[in-house]
Amino acid sequence: MLKNDLPNWEIFRNKDVLLKNVKIIDPYQFEKEINADILIQNGKYEKIASPNTLSFNPAMKVVENISISPGWFDLHVHLREPGFEHKETIETGLNAAMAGGFTGVACMPNTNPALDNAAVIQSLLEKASGHPVFLSIVAAATKNRAGKELTELAELAELGIRAVSDDGSPVVDSGLVRKIMEYGSMFGITFFSHAEDPNLSGRGVMNEGIWSTTLGLNGIPTIAEDVMVSRDILIAEYTKCPVHICHVSSAKSVELIREAKSRGIQVTCEATPHHFSKSLTDSSLVTFSTNLKMNPPLRSMFDVEAIQKGLQDSTIDCIATDHAPHSIEEKEVEFDYAAFGITGLETCFGVAYSELVHKGVLTIQQLIEKLSINPRKIMKLPPIPIKEGNIANITLFDEKKVWRFEKNQTLSKSINSPFYGKEFIGKPLGILREHFFCYCNN
Amino acid sequence: MSNPTPLPNVFPSSRHLLGIKYITADDIYLYLDTARTFREVLERPVRNLPTLRGVQVVNLFFENSTRTRLSFELAEKRLGADVLNFQSSGSSVAKGETLLDTIRNIEAMKVDAVVMRHSAAGAPLFLSERIKSIVINAGDGAHEHPTQALLDLYTIREKFKVLKGLKVTLVGDISHSRVAMSNLIALQKVGAVPAVCGPSTMIPKDLEKLGYTVYHHVDEAIQNSDVLNVLRIQHERAASGTIPSIREYRKYFGINRKRLEKATKPLLIMHPGPINRGVELDSDVADGEHSVILDQVTNGVAIRMAILYLLCRGVQSA
Repeated sequence: MLKNDLPNWEIFRNKDVLLKNVKIIDPYQFEKEINADILIQNGKYEKIASPNTLSFNPAMKVVENISISPGWFDLHVHLREPGFEHKETIETGLNAAMAGGFTGVACMPNTNPALDNAAVIQSLLEKASGHPVFLSIVAAATKNRAGKELTELAELAELGIRAVSDDGSPVVDSGLVRKIMEYGSMFGITFFSHAEDPNLSGRGVMNEGIWSTTLGLNGIPTIAEDVMVSRDILIAEYTKCPVHICHVSSAKSVELIREAKSRGIQVTCEATPHHFSKSLTDSSLVTFSTNLKMNPPLRSMFDVEAIQKGLQDSTIDCIATDHAPHSIEEKEVEFDYAAFGITGLETCFGVAYSELVHKGVLTIQQLIEKLSINPRKIMKLPPIPIKEGNIANITLFDEKKVWRFEKNQTLSKSINSPFYGKEFIGKPLGILREHFFCYCNN
Repeated sequence: MSNPTPLPNVFPSSRHLLGIKYITADDIYLYLDTARTFREVLERPVRNLPTLRGVQVVNLFFENSTRTRLSFELAEKRLGADVLNFQSSGSSVAKGETLLDTIRNIEAMKVDAVVMRHSAAGAPLFLSERIKSIVINAGDGAHEHPTQALLDLYTIREKFKVLKGLKVTLVGDISHSRVAMSNLIALQKVGAVPAVCGPSTMIPKDLEKLGYTVYHHVDEAIQNSDVLNVLRIQHERAASGTIPSIREYRKYFGINRKRLEKATKPLLIMHPGPINRGVELDSDVADGEHSVILDQVTNGVAIRMAILYLLCRGVQSA
């Protein structure tokens, strides 16, 4: 389905690829990075050898002196199809994922109709099947995401669904959350919780604190998240079922999850780049820029530091973007009326590398665990070590490259990002999955 | 007829008036001093001073406001500006026309200055970033109402001669009040001692961290204030659960003569209007000898003349 007309991109199918003297960061197998040559043929790692030992022939595509890792996976994106194709489609969303270095993503079910039944899910999977980026789906936990009745989880599990959520909306009914966890876990399905008590978040549009007070905007208090995180942890503990907490944004929630993990409760969680970036906090909203409006909102520096700490000590398992494209019309309005959400796929690694690895919060190994190993584990996808004979699934990137995110390079259909014009260290260069090889020449 | 104080020959630091947070203490004093000249003009038999002849001003009101709009309109007409009124009830979104479209239309009409009232915080900033005209904020959501804060400061200074060190307490629903935030910031900038008083459900989060004293007991606030600026209590606050009832609010937070008599000295009583008589303020206090509520209205015209004059003079030649 991917057209070969993306500017700056080379897309190959069934091409022999020689990765020469590349730095392999593969936490599945190695604690430290190693350098090697890799020959990929027929979508498999044909040969892995010492650096600069494999010879090439003119039919091969050769890439040298870059870094590679097992392919990254973003388990929280909004691709807007069906229903909101003016914001994003499966194709443009997966293209953006490719540009961001992801070999796979999981899309959320808040579409119209919602992704709550086998037919609509099947059609999306078919649509995505020819794309270099693998599409996985987080199905709706309740019918039409209305928070009233369970979706047909067993049937969805047969289609490979391993995660359900009403993301965008919380499941307020605690009794229903218990049923989703208990019923879903019979089929290996994990509940992904959008942790928000709507009675506490009310009409809020930004973090509650000195900045909401100063700017006269309605606040979303951190407790709106925290009470739901504690509730879901307690239900997970009681039912002995796993739960995954989406987009953790508050210091207290990190603390609650850390404590729950220490008691052996099956809780995992994710954090988004905009919530761990020190360049974005609630004080940034003095500009009233609607590209700083998302839910959960940008929190205080205190919370951002706690998120970074949580990433460092593995309380936070993975990085997910919560890629939420919106059209210009939905963002070029008064702050109160603007849609919640920002795009994130294409800037994820730039933000993560600049803010975490470059500043010494995480090692590159730890970052790859959070971009690849852990999200795949949470989605119950098979491990993908870079080993001879295995099916190829890698992300290629440059750890040194300094670059600027520009609107005219964007592959997403939408441009609602606060990161335009910002400079990053570390850039994804391409992906290699099965017989697809996509490489950015810019 | 005596000659009025001459008009200043300096400009404020910002070409818009979007909020008190965006201007300096010097700007505040410039507006107040200039307003004094216009206040004198208002006492003359011929109260027009056509310094803005040929300047096109549009009053863009996306929210109902009779008093602020009339005050602006009067100020604009006294200065000889050409005035255009655009009133739209309800939000622009409900009406189906985006603020962006409205802005484009204004731009096409070659307007020199826009006075805007809007229910959404930040809307005047949004406007100022997309338009060449001068933007004056006439109230945006619960964010700012700078002209009200300036007229309140003017009124306080008129009575006390100084602002520095004066204890001014805003009483009522601080959370939903743009008047409160603009006043607090302005008072802080000029070295007064701003405080608030109200039920905790009406005090926005972390206000103390911004350096403002918070009282929950009116008697305590009265003991520690020179000025009470009493804010309107909306009846719907009781329905939304912010307070149990209007009756209870009046009993515990209403400003009445009995409470004020306990003060060691008389307090200046202010209210931005419109008053809910018998709710936040009793009639005998509102109409009493220490009330300057009607002075605020007159001063409002003078301060708005000063703002329009300082920001718009010179645009004719542009």
